[in-house]
Formats: sequence, C-alpha cells, structure tokens
Amino acid sequence: MAAPRTNVDEIRSRVILGEFGVRNVHTTEFPGNYPGYDDTWDMQKFQKNFRIDVVHLDESSMEFDMVGIDAAIANAFRRILLAEVPTMAIEKVFIYNNTSIVQDEVLAHRLGLIPIKADPRLFEYRNTVEESAEEEGSEIDTIQLQLKIKCSKNPRASKDSSDPRELYLNHMVYSKDIRWVPIGNQADVFADSSIGPVHDDILIAQLRPGQELDIIMHCVKGIGKDHAKFSPVATASYRLLPEITLLEPVEGEKKELWYAMCTSSHHHVAALIIIYFFAKVVNSRLDTCSREVLRHEDLKNVVKLGRVRDHFIFTVESTGILPPDVLVTEAIKVLMAKCQRFLSELDSAETV
Amino acid sequence: MEVLGGDFCDMTPQELAAPVNTVADKWKLLPAFLKVKGLVKQHIDSFNYFINVEIKKIMKANEKITSDADPMWYLKYLNIYVGMPDVEESFNVTRPVSPHECRLRDMTYSAPITVDIEYTRGSQRIIRNALPIGRMPIMLRSSNCVLTGKTPMEFSKLNECPLDPGGYFIVKGQEKVILIQEQLSKNRIIVEQDRKGAVGASVTSSTHEKKSRTNMIVKQGRFYLRHNTLSEDAPIAIIFKGMGVESDQEIVQMIGTEEHVMASFAPSLEECQKAQIFTQTQALRYLGNKVRRQRMWGGPKKTKMEEARELLASLILTHVPVKEFNFRAKCIYLAVMVRRVILAQGDNKVDDRDYYGNKRLELAGQLLSLLFEDLFKKFNSELKKIADQIIPKQRAAQFDVVKHMRQDQITNGMVNAISTGNWSLKRFKMDRQGVTQVLSRLSFISALGMMTRISSQFEKTRKVSGPRSLQPSQWGMLCPSDTPEGEACGLVKNLALMTHITTDMEDGPIIKLAFNLGVEDVNLLCGEELSYPSVFLVFLNGNILGVIRDHHKLVNTFRLMRRAGFINEFVSISTNLTDRCVYISSDGGRLCRPYIIVKKGQPMVKSKHIEDLSQGYRTFEDFLHEGLVEYLDVNEENDCQISLYEHMINKDTTHLEIEPFTLLGVCAGLIPYPHHNQSPRNTYQCAMGKQAMGTIGYNQRNRIDTLMYLLAYPQRPMVKTKTIELIDFEKLPAGQNATVAVMSYSGYDIEDALVLNKASLDRGFGRCLVYKNTKCTLRRYTNQTFDKVMGPMLDAATRKPIWRHNILDADGICSPGERVENKQVLVNKSMPTVTQTPLEGSTQPGQPQYKDVPISYKGSTDSYIEKVMISSNAEDAFLIKILLRQTRRPEIGDKFSSRHGQKGVCGLIVPQEDMPFCDTGICPDIIMNPHGYPSRMTVGKLIELLAGKAGVLDGRFHYGTAFGGSKVKDVCEDLIRYGYNYQGKDYVTSGITGEPLEAYIYFGPVYYQKLKHMVLDKMHARARGPRAVLTRQPTEGRSRDGGLRLGEMERDCLIGYGASMLLLERLMISSDAFEVDVCGQCGLLGYSGWCHYCKSSCHVSSLRIPYACKLLFQELQSMNIIPRLKLSRYNE
Repeated sequence: MAAPRTNVDEIRSRVILGEFGVRNVHTTEFPGNYPGYDDTWDMQKFQKNFRIDVVHLDESSMEFDMVGIDAAIANAFRRILLAEVPTMAIEKVFIYNNTSIVQDEVLAHRLGLIPIKADPRLFEYRNTVEESAEEEGSEIDTIQLQLKIKCSKNPRASKDSSDPRELYLNHMVYSKDIRWVPIGNQADVFADSSIGPVHDDILIAQLRPGQELDIIMHCVKGIGKDHAKFSPVATASYRLLPEITLLEPVEGEKKELWYAMCTSSHHHVAALIIIYFFAKVVNSRLDTCSREVLRHEDLKNVVKLGRVRDHFIFTVESTGILPPDVLVTEAIKVLMAKCQRFLSELDSAETV
Repeated sequence: MEVLGGDFCDMTPQELAAPVNTVADKWKLLPAFLKVKGLVKQHIDSFNYFINVEIKKIMKANEKITSDADPMWYLKYLNIYVGMPDVEESFNVTRPVSPHECRLRDMTYSAPITVDIEYTRGSQRIIRNALPIGRMPIMLRSSNCVLTGKTPMEFSKLNECPLDPGGYFIVKGQEKVILIQEQLSKNRIIVEQDRKGAVGASVTSSTHEKKSRTNMIVKQGRFYLRHNTLSEDAPIAIIFKGMGVESDQEIVQMIGTEEHVMASFAPSLEECQKAQIFTQTQALRYLGNKVRRQRMWGGPKKTKMEEARELLASLILTHVPVKEFNFRAKCIYLAVMVRRVILAQGDNKVDDRDYYGNKRLELAGQLLSLLFEDLFKKFNSELKKIADQIIPKQRAAQFDVVKHMRQDQITNGMVNAISTGNWSLKRFKMDRQGVTQVLSRLSFISALGMMTRISSQFEKTRKVSGPRSLQPSQWGMLCPSDTPEGEACGLVKNLALMTHITTDMEDGPIIKLAFNLGVEDVNLLCGEELSYPSVFLVFLNGNILGVIRDHHKLVNTFRLMRRAGFINEFVSISTNLTDRCVYISSDGGRLCRPYIIVKKGQPMVKSKHIEDLSQGYRTFEDFLHEGLVEYLDVNEENDCQISLYEHMINKDTTHLEIEPFTLLGVCAGLIPYPHHNQSPRNTYQCAMGKQAMGTIGYNQRNRIDTLMYLLAYPQRPMVKTKTIELIDFEKLPAGQNATVAVMSYSGYDIEDALVLNKASLDRGFGRCLVYKNTKCTLRRYTNQTFDKVMGPMLDAATRKPIWRHNILDADGICSPGERVENKQVLVNKSMPTVTQTPLEGSTQPGQPQYKDVPISYKGSTDSYIEKVMISSNAEDAFLIKILLRQTRRPEIGDKFSSRHGQKGVCGLIVPQEDMPFCDTGICPDIIMNPHGYPSRMTVGKLIELLAGKAGVLDGRFHYGTAFGGSKVKDVCEDLIRYGYNYQGKDYVTSGITGEPLEAYIYFGPVYYQKLKHMVLDKMHARARGPRAVLTRQPTEGRSRDGGLRLGEMERDCLIGYGASMLLLERLMISSDAFEVDVCGQCGLLGYSGWCHYCKSSCHVSSLRIPYACKLLFQELQSMNIIPRLKLSRYNE
C-alpha cells in the first residue's frame, strides 16, 4: 500500500478517477501555487526525477515509461511522432496505363498509403517552389518506384476450376510487385538497404485477364501534418500509470466479489490478486481503468482509483519504416530543433 | 366457441397448462418467404398476370371487328401473345436484347405483341398467325424478361446485377417505376356520414366496361338514389318499382321487417304513393323523364322508358349483373344498401374510409391493362374506320386489313404513358399524372424503397388528417415509419417487409364451393330471409352470393379447404358480426401477409419444420400447402386472434406472428434498435437512407447514369439487423463505421455540426466518387447532310492542339483517363448550317457548310473521363455517351448522418494530433456534440455505439433488429470482459493539452452515411456576372451564375436602420442602374439629350434610375398610360 499522502500531495501528483468524472486533471505545479512547495524548475531536480524505462521493444512497436515530466512536454513528443517526424511516401503517381476497375484517383490514393522502406534521414525535402518542373526529381529528394503488371489467363489451370487463384496469373496486385528504380547514384548509395514497400502483402488492386497497370511513382519526403501517409507511426499515444489504493483491508464477502469481478474479464479490470484473507494490489499498471469496481456499492468506498500525473506509459507503433526507438529519438531531435530555433529567434528579437 | 371447445376437450390439464415452446429460428421463414415472394414480387406478379392472362381476356372482350360497309367482312382475334424483348437491327431482322443494352443505348426494353387473326379478304377466309400489332415494354424479371431463371453468372454476362430487384421498366433508356396506387375498394357498400351528419351509402361499381358511382342518401327521412345520369335524386321506392318489385310488402320484406326498420322506411313508400306510382311502367316513365340525355351513337332510337330500364340495368350498380332484365339480384343489393343505412342511423355505425380493408392497391399490371385495353380499342376502331372507308371503293387489289395494321399506335401509347407518367383514359374519364417515376439510383436502398412505395390518390393540398394518419389496420402491412415529411406526409406510404398484394383470381370455383357449403342463392329467396337474425349474408367480391344459416361452419370449412390447398391461398373469408355478413374476397389489390397457424394453443410450425427449411428440404410453399402457414388479408386479420409471441398464446389464439420486425419496411429495417428511438427519428432516417452514398449494384461500373454517387470504401455496418441481411444491404452497403466520440470540441460543432479527423480523411474515410454523363447524338438530316465530329484544331505556330481541344483524340472525341477543365471540348461536333431540303429552284451547293457545335465541359472543378461509349440509338442516330468522374474527399460543409435521423454537416477538420485519444491510443474519426441527444431521444444510436464497440472487441457483428437484437446487458458484459467501462465511457486524454479530460467520453463505432448533399455542388458567389436580357438585373440561381438577392425582409431591415445610400447601392447601382434623359417640361423619356415630344433639348436632364423602372414606364405607355416624371432641382 502506498504511503499516506497529504491532500495537496494528492492534488499535485494524482489524477483521480471518480465514478462520474475525472478530478485533478490539470497540472497545478506552478511556482508559488502551494505554500510550502518549491515548484521552481530546477535542472538538478529534474535530472534526479526524470527517467525513461523501456518496457518493451521490438522492430514494430515499443512501450516505455517516461517519468517525471510535464504533460505538455510528453504530449509534444506524441504530437511530433504523429505529425512531424518525416518519412518517405509516394506523392506523385504517373499512370501510363490503368485498365483495371480501380479508378486512377483511388489507385493513387491506395499507393500513397503504402509505407515505403527508405531512411528519410538520407533524403531532403523536395523544393515546392519549382512545382512547375513536375516530373523532375533528383537523387537526393526522390525515390522512383515502378509498378508494371499485367494479368493473364493461366495456361496450366485445370478446365473446370472456378478459383481465380488458379485461373489467372497476376490477378492480385500486391505491394511486393512494386519495384524500385534507382535514380542517379542511388543504386550505389543504397546498395545495402533495399528500398521498397515495408510489407509485401498489401493488396493494391485485383485484375482480370487483359487488364494491366503501368505506373511510375515518385516518393518524396514529407511530414504527417501534411498527409497521414507521411506519419511514421501507426499510432503513438500514452496513458498515465494507474494506481489503485485500498482504503481499508478488503476481506470476506467483498474479497469474493472482487475476485469474481477480476476473473470475469479477459483483461485486468483491477490488477489485484487475492492472498489468503485480503485483497492486494499487485500490478496496477495492468489496470485498464474500466472503473468496474465503482459499480459495486460495497467496494466503491474502499478503493481509490487514481493515475500518476507525471508517469507516462508511451506506446509507439511504427509503420515499419524506422524502428520505434529511432522514431522516438527523431522526435526528440525535432523538438530540440524547434527549441533551438525558438531560442535563436528570441536572441535575434532581443538584439532588435 | 363450440368449435374451439372441441379442439381442447381431448387435451389433459397438463397439456393445457404447459408453456408454449418457442420456435427458435422461426424468422428463417422470412428469407424463405422473400425467396418466393421477393420485395418487388407484387409488381412482377401483377405484370405477369397481365401479359399472360389479362391481355387474353382483353382480347376476348374485343375480339371481333365488323364493318358497316360490308356485312361479310370481319376480323377476329384468335389469340394474343407477348414475346421476348428484342430489338430491330435492320428491317425485319431482330435479335434478343438485354436490359443493360437498352439502358446504355437509350432504347425501350420491349417485346412485340403478336396476334393470330382470322379475317376475310374478298370472299376468302384467311387465318394469319403471329402478326405484330405493337410493342409492350417489359418489366425486368417478369416472366418474359431475359433475366428470369438466370444464375448470377449469367447475370454478370448480361451486365446485370443479381441483387437488383427488377420490377421496373426501361423506357428510352430511363428506368421507370409504376408506383403502387392506393384506392378505395371497388364494388363495396360504404356507409358514411356527410358533413351535416346525415348517413348515406355509396358504391363505386367497376367492371371492365363501365365505372359508375351510386349514392344512397336520406332527405327528411326518405331514401333517395343519386346517380350522375339522373338529373335529380330518385325516390328509392320508385327505383324498386322500376326494377319490377311492385308490391310495397315485397320491398319492405327485402329491407327488413323489424319494427324500427319498417318505421324508418315507411316515409319513402309514402312518397311513392303520393307520386302515384304503382307499377313498373309508371316508375320507368317517371325515371325516363329524369334521365340525363346522353349522346347516342347510332343504334335504334329508344323510348324514354326503354332508356330508363337500360339505365337501371347497366348504369346503376353496374357490377351487379342483370341478365335479360332480371333485376332480382340488383333489388336485393339495393335493399341491403337501404338496410345498412337504416341500421347505421340508429347507432352511427358508419364505415371507416381509411380502414385498410376497404382499400385496394393498383399495380403496374392493372394500370397497364387499363391502358392497353384503351389502346387496343382505339386500334380496333381505327381498323374499322379504315375498313369502312376503303371497302366501298372499288380497287384492283382486294381490301387486306393486314396492310393497315399499324404498330406504332400501341407502341407509342405505352411508351409515352410510362415515360411521362400521364395515364389518361377517355373511357373511364381517368386522367392521372405522376403514375410513374424515374427509379432513383442514388443507392441500392433508394431503388428498393421506390419499389415498395404506395402513392395515394388523395389530393396533397387538402388539410385533412384522416387519410394521412396511421391506421391500426395498417399494422404489419405498411411501414409505420417510412413516409415523407411535408405535404405528402402519410399519403405516400411503403409496404412492410412481408406484405404481398394479391392479383385477380377466377371466382367460378369459389361460387361453386360456396353453394356446396350451404349458401342459398339470393335469386331463389323471397327476400325476407335476408333480415332473419339467424342468417348471414354471403358476399363475394362485393356481390351478394346468398345467405347462410351456419356461418361458422361455412367459414371454418372454407378455411380448411384453403389450408388444404383446394382453393387459392390468397382467397380470404371473414365474418362481420355487426353487419351479419360473410365476406369472401378473391379480387386483386388486397394486402395480405403470412402468419403461422395456431391450433389447440400450439403453433403448427415446429422446430423440425424450421430445421428442414434451413436444410433446404422444405420451401415456403410447402409450409403453405401443409397448412402450417397461411396468408391473411386485412379483413380476415380482423376476424382472427393473432398473438405476437408464443407466450401470449391463449385458448382463443388462431395465429402467431412470424417475426415482429417485419412490420417495418425496407428503409426502416436498416435502423438498428429502432424501437428505442423516438418515432419521428426513424421517419427521418427513412428519408435520409435514400440519400446515402454507397454502392448501387454489382453493375455500377458498367452504367452510364446522369448522376451517380459511389463511396470509395463502403463498409458493412458493425451493428446489423435481420432486415439488412435479408435485403443484401451488406453486399451493397452505403456508409462507413466511424469511431465517434460524443463530446464537445472547439465550438465548430454547434447545431449538429461534426468534427472530422483529418488523418481519417487522408486514409479514405468518406471519400466518394461522383459520376456524371454527357450525351451527344449525330443526326442525319433530310437533305442528306449529317453531323460530323472533327479532329482537334491545331495551333498554327506550335502544331499542337489548342488548349480547348487538348484532350481530344484524333477522332474528335475525348480520350478516357484524361482530365478535363472547365470549357474544354469533349466532342468536337459540327452541324451542317442547312438542314432542310432546299426548295426546287435553288441550286444545291457542292459542299455543305458546317458550323461548330462543340459539346464542352462545364463545372467548377476538373473531372476525369471514365469512359466513352459510341453506339446508335433506336432512331439509328449515332449516340456518344461520355462518363465523367470526380473523386471527392469530405470537406467542411459536407453532410453526414447516422442511421438515426441525426444529420449534420462537417464543421471542422482537425489534425489527428489534436484529437483526443483513449488509453489504447484510439482517436475518433468523428466528434459529435452531446447536445444532439437529449431532445432527439435517439437512444437507439447510443445502443448502436455500445453494441458496435463490443462487436469490434469481440470480432463479430451484433444485431440491432427491431424488437429484438443484442441485449444491452450482454453487450456491456462484453465490454467489461475486454477491460472497458460497461457504459461505453472511456477515460480520454486531450490531444491539445496532453492532460486528461474531466469527463468520461462516450466512445465507439457508429455507422455513418455520407449524404449526397456536398458543398462543392452548392457553393456559389458572384461579384459581376450575367444579367437578364429584359430587366438587365442579375440572373437568378446558381446554375446561371446568378446574383444573391437582397430580398424584401433584408430591404426592410436596411430601411429600418436608415442606411439609405446602402439601399440605393444594393437595389440600383449594383443591379440595374440606367442613365435616362428626361424632359423636365413634358416629363417623358427622351434620348441623346433630346426630347422627342417637345422637339427640344432645353429641359432635358440626365438621371439614373433602375432599368426596370424605365421598362415600366415604357410598358405603361404601350397601354396608353403616360407616366410623367416631375423634375426639380435638389437645391431649390
């Protein structure tokens, strides 16, 4: 059980989940807001409190805790991950032939949303000013891809078959059919990293014999703010660390009730475990905040549901272009660059 | 009651007390029902009946044509057939045609009507077979349509959607539906009260030949007959006498010998007495003087008495047959009418006009048969006229009628009626407009909804609530929700899911059966039996058949016979205890629906039957034939005890409802949990579901419609209903499952506006395709010139096509895939300047001159060319159709709606990072303001969200079927199981501040429809632009780039405010300011500083007035009114 806290402490550090609403949602740690608390920002204090624990990391997703930071900053990371970390995506589609039933615009839209595996850090933004020179793209800002496929009848299909997989060849166009056409010295520069769609099995269109696609695509660097296809993450979000406080020992009937509630769920309604005579909070991190406890008249008053205000459990799901840990560092770099820029603006403003 | 008692007496008390088992899947009867009697089966059945049966009857009724010129000459029709649809490729070469070809080529999907005839040529008698007399438009999926009995594979070969319901016509390339018309039942006595409270009876008789209306009214306690062929009301007793019932006793016996009945009829007899009419001859003479003169076409001249007798026999109560002036049946009918009125007077038991048992629905088949009979008669009279003209003239060749049979009259008559919707039949004085409508193909549902639509003959402008309000007898037959708002509210209705409409049936066997079951023929009775308290009258389709002593036995045996399949399942029999009658109906146009038969408190349909059904061993027909299920029409429903659920069955129950949700129609069936919504919301959704974009049919990409809206990524709804499954909405959906957060956001969500997530739009939410077509024909003219399509014009310097011709191919028609901008040319057509044949004298120029008439694209946004079709139409002209495509992503101002009548426009598009997100990182696609709920009370939407959320988590679809569906409790259990709050309210973090929101947010998927109203089609603004020629004021309307009107009320505001100069600027300077020269002396308008009236220029001054004012002065002058302007200097 957590150590007893004073009321002010609770307001400062916990978000309380009530039955009908959330309390203490806003940060109140402004200098001088509470008597007896020193809320001036201090680097040392921050360094002491701040920590990042990586809980889980694989090539497509990661979970990490970011502790001891203000919601505004944590949110800035989330927002940057969603909208401001650049990636490469198909931006221009030159359709030379499309006899499939998919309309040109829809096809182009579908192609645009395919994640392209190419390290955006090695490319530059395309200059938007010279929009007139549409087709031109150089080796430093454009990746050229090609999709050229034609569906035909399978000569070896058995006569009475009605399965399109057997009857036709190339009747499903997948992202694996997209081929990279290096421009300039790209073939040498990116020799070791193959450029192309991240996933091979994204269905782009279905064809029937005689239909064909002949398409050249240009990938450019962009950010999610401009279009969701440039967003490097499937999603990036955080939640606050849940905290369950038992106000009195939960025993007997109430314990049984709680036990029944916990086991009825696939997930952990309240991450409790029952040891012998009373209930005990084992891992409140697993709580999904469904507030199921508050439905029970008996249990309602023995428990306090809260969340730690400065403990952010981040989940970053990458689209596969860059590993999630790289994305997070990139996001931090973006924020740093913004700060730098802001500082330099401030400097220049002061001189005026 | 004895009969029921018999049912139960052999049961043990335990058996009686046992609860009735519910048949779990009895709803499975529904798909089985829909398989045999689909949603549009009524249209198809009625059309089939017309082209296979009715048309032969019409031919039989008009089979012989004779000529006055030659008594030997005749023409007799032996048989008539309607063939399969075909198209005449060249002279006398035909080939079968598919409906889709007709749509594309602007042709009529029609089949030849051929006849076998026997006629004389000279003295020869000739039989000719299969002579075409015209063409009949063919209803899709009817017995003569090429689509019947085809497999889905064959459908796709014909470019047709297998899910398309059919039941409509294709006329000149347009799909036309003949709406179901609602009418008051024909040939039935309706007792009603007029405005003064006097009770009367009326009968609208209708037979093949004649239609007439007979009224019985009471004036000062006396009965009169009113008919439009009689110049004044005729006393009823005189009519009786005119029909040969001369003795007063006999009349009274027929009407009834009860004390009060006799007392109220006495004055009428007295009046007859006073008029000194005692015999039939006297009565006929009396009536003969009252007959309105009618036009006589030939025939021997009749005396007045003969005329009166003719009138009584054929015009009054036409539907009661009178053979050789045997008026017996008609007298009894009249007597029954009088009796009804007398009985109704006492305790005001008048009939309800709006009662649905008194209504009949007229379908395509009936309407077409009326039209065809009219055209056929006209065709025959034309032939007769020709015969009369030609036979007397001696010719080298003998008169051969076949050469004079023109096909176009019948063809054009049918085609024009269907394409314009004007049904005008001289014979019946019928002139109806708007009988047909263009099948709306906005979405699959709108097309389907149109096929079940019923339009009422009632005038829309009248402000009476009776015909508009929901009648209890419409239960289960008509959808209580699906009706438009506004003027047609309650007059346009829709059929419920299981309703069937009957077609006409042979009544011969029914009459025979009735007599065998103990009905005594009226003609054999003295008349007094009619009013015996133990005796019931038996009516068949409005005609009195006879009387029956034991009506229970008659009705029960009759029903048994029907359940055994000895008589048609659509014949209905019902007892009316107040009128003491048994009504048997076999006429067409009655509404009926199937019910499960209950015997001894047990439904006949058992689980094993349903099992057989789902395994395909049994069909719906089997259920009918085995007496498990039967059809009940509205009248018979009234005579039965129908329980809604098994647990409601008691000892009196006769029938069990199959499924309660079938009381809703197609459109209302899409709504999840409609029984939780406030009723008008369901009505709104019924109207809006028809505007939702989605998919139209499997053949949508082959169609070239004038306007077609498609959704790029349509989805099946997460919460579906049984109806959705039954009508294949899941295969042709119209909407997307959007994750909705019910919360307030940014203030751009007031008044039902929605906030959309930009990333969702980027990923394809609400993306739609708009297709439009452009048509162009290349004609050949009488002077051997024809339209041409020229190649693109090249720029002299660059040798490249000029901008306007940029997208043209070498053949002068735009090429598919190109992007067209405003004012670019699609078809570079040119037309000869001279198209008329030159006069004899003038010399023909060698090369015809051409002028450009390009077909160019007009539109504020660019389009792409989807496809180009080059074909020929029915008139052999070249037909070029171009399909244009636009892809649109939702923008601010586009309209969306959920399935609960909750429409809203997009008010703001927010980037994903600003959107709130829940613990799992989910962002909403749509944010909806919670103020939309309390006043609308659409609880169904709340439940839909909950069920949708649970379904998403569980990976399955939930049901929101009306009066059933997934229970909220179970759904909440699911949510808890997956770690969500049971109320569906999530802990949500703001995307802007990063801090949690103070409230829990109702969060989950709701099916959203994108409606066809988009800002792109509506936005309009103008600074300068075109002006009308006459008034020089700006034009009106968006399509003409018109000005925005500062109307009366706006003007009043400015006057009130006192902004005079602003007014002047708005109303004159920016509109139609005009400089005029006015002569100060005479006050008239001059010009160029010269007054033409005073012949001087000294007093002429120039001023600015609205052009409309100047126009007014001139118009007044033209009608001899001189407006004079008095001028004075402003500083004097």
